[in-house]
Amino acid sequence: MDKPVIYSNDLTKNFGSFCAVNKICFEIKKGEIFGFLGANGAGKTTGIKMLTGLLTPSSGEARVAGFDVFTESEKIKKNIGYMSQKFSLYNDLTVNENIRFYAGVYGLSKKEIKIKKKELIAKLGLEDVQDTLAKELPLGWKQKLAFSIAIIHQPKVVFLDEPTGGVDPITRRQFWEMIFDASAAGITVLVTTHYMDEAEYCDRISIMVDGKIVALGTPKELKNQYNEEDMNSIFVKLARG
Amino acid sequence: MRTILFIIQKEFIQIFRNKGMLPILFVMPFIQLILLSYAADYEVKNIKLNIIDNDMSHASRLIVSKFQANKHFDIVHFGASAKQGFDDLNAGEADLFVHIPMGFEKKLIQEKDGSIQITADAVNGVKASIATGYAQNIIASFNKQFLKSLKHPVGMMPKPAIDVTYSNWYNPQLNYKNFMVPGILVMLVTMIGAFLSGMNIVKEKEDGTIEQLNVTPIKKYQFIIGKLTPFWILGMIILTIGLVIGKIIFAIPMVGSLGLIYGFTAIYLLLILGLGFFISTITTTQQQALFLAWFVLVIFILMSGLMTPIESMPKWAQVLTKFNPIAWFVEFNRRVLLKGSSFLDVKYFFFYIAIAAVVMNVAAVANYRKRA
Repeated sequence: MDKPVIYSNDLTKNFGSFCAVNKICFEIKKGEIFGFLGANGAGKTTGIKMLTGLLTPSSGEARVAGFDVFTESEKIKKNIGYMSQKFSLYNDLTVNENIRFYAGVYGLSKKEIKIKKKELIAKLGLEDVQDTLAKELPLGWKQKLAFSIAIIHQPKVVFLDEPTGGVDPITRRQFWEMIFDASAAGITVLVTTHYMDEAEYCDRISIMVDGKIVALGTPKELKNQYNEEDMNSIFVKLARG
Repeated sequence: MRTILFIIQKEFIQIFRNKGMLPILFVMPFIQLILLSYAADYEVKNIKLNIIDNDMSHASRLIVSKFQANKHFDIVHFGASAKQGFDDLNAGEADLFVHIPMGFEKKLIQEKDGSIQITADAVNGVKASIATGYAQNIIASFNKQFLKSLKHPVGMMPKPAIDVTYSNWYNPQLNYKNFMVPGILVMLVTMIGAFLSGMNIVKEKEDGTIEQLNVTPIKKYQFIIGKLTPFWILGMIILTIGLVIGKIIFAIPMVGSLGLIYGFTAIYLLLILGLGFFISTITTTQQQALFLAWFVLVIFILMSGLMTPIESMPKWAQVLTKFNPIAWFVEFNRRVLLKGSSFLDVKYFFFYIAIAAVVMNVAAVANYRKRA
């Protein structure tokens, strides 16, 4: 069996006496779409920040793309993409300039940047707005662009922190098609979300309550386990405690 | 290296795209340079003078005409009464009141002891002491001239007085602009450097883009060099334009080597950019960064010797100026531009500023974290 791309064992983060993430354990395989579900403040974002090297964990162990989150965070950064709930592109740069900058800092060559830029713009249908400032794009377009840029260097893992917040259903559906494409191309996806219909799209999901993972499995398994028709009911059941 | 170039390219695009920023960068400093250089004038001119001649003698008329001829004084009243003179002082219509009493000449010739009363409005102490100083000079010169004009019998010549002559080196016309412009130039370079670099990094914090940068493989040193280089270049450009304005508009003498000025500014900017960067690491919003930078710079500027001589500060303040980079740069600029000091004359300036730049940047880098 393949080694898991993300491996977390008892990963914990304390802020003073507050335990934001409490001993979470999971393994994520290559190409898997893994959903992090939970109410606001359940610890999803803190979990992602530890795995991406933005936060140092308090205890436990975790490896991302084969590298230790405590000691090899700089190596991890070469192998991951990240897109946060805040719009992560530069508003005062154009579409082209954003692509060029991120591709550049991820070490793509001049030629690669040119090819990728063309490819990406064609795929997203942004030909007419490639010299428009990012801030003038509709939110849905921005999010799709941000996701494309997050995987421009073909990382092993991409972390998506509430990528579809505030986006209309049609665009959300398109966004998820992009996630499926990435997954099919072998990129492991870890995504947090509030939308229960999106949870159904994931290969496996974990539900976090107060920093703990209280349920973990495929959507089908969870529905059987909790004897509920849909994810929404499971979520409400668990989140209420 | 490529990574750094990508960051520098991005910064320049953002700087030049920001329509509010361009005027701040290139227009404001020169308005300040021109405005301040003309306005911050420590020469006391246009002293409003009320002069009363109750003697109406040859001697008193000579004194009055000397005051009239002096460019520092504007005579507002030839009063007739002492009361009028004091009223003018009270009303703020005169700065200085000179009273030549009746019988002045007679006393001067017969008793060799004339007296004139000078009263100054000393609300502004500096101005008052300078004004009375001018007045005393005028009276001293009158003294000399008057003694000579008296017909003395042979052997009865008056005692030769000690005649003090002045020679002002390095700024012979005592042109205050020569003194101010090099200093104000320092202020501009400093403000641009500290404000812009600090606010720029904090803006990435505010926008959340710094988080995105922190998950990329950009290394700390690449981030810092990439961020600060554009402002270093801008600082050098500001210096250049400032020197050109100093030369063309103010005809500032540039006796020393310009290479020395540039070399020093290059290191000095590292220090100031480090300061801005440090401020950005301990603040989270642009407002905080701006106020903190302003707080630090106001103290640095006012205690730099730019406006008031360091020598007239209390001892403890003089010690503090040793830790004030602006004070060093102001002094350096004045020495090199006006006195033509060579590298050997000012080498410890370089030494000091280089050490300060290293300390500042080490502190800033240590304080900057890619992960919390």
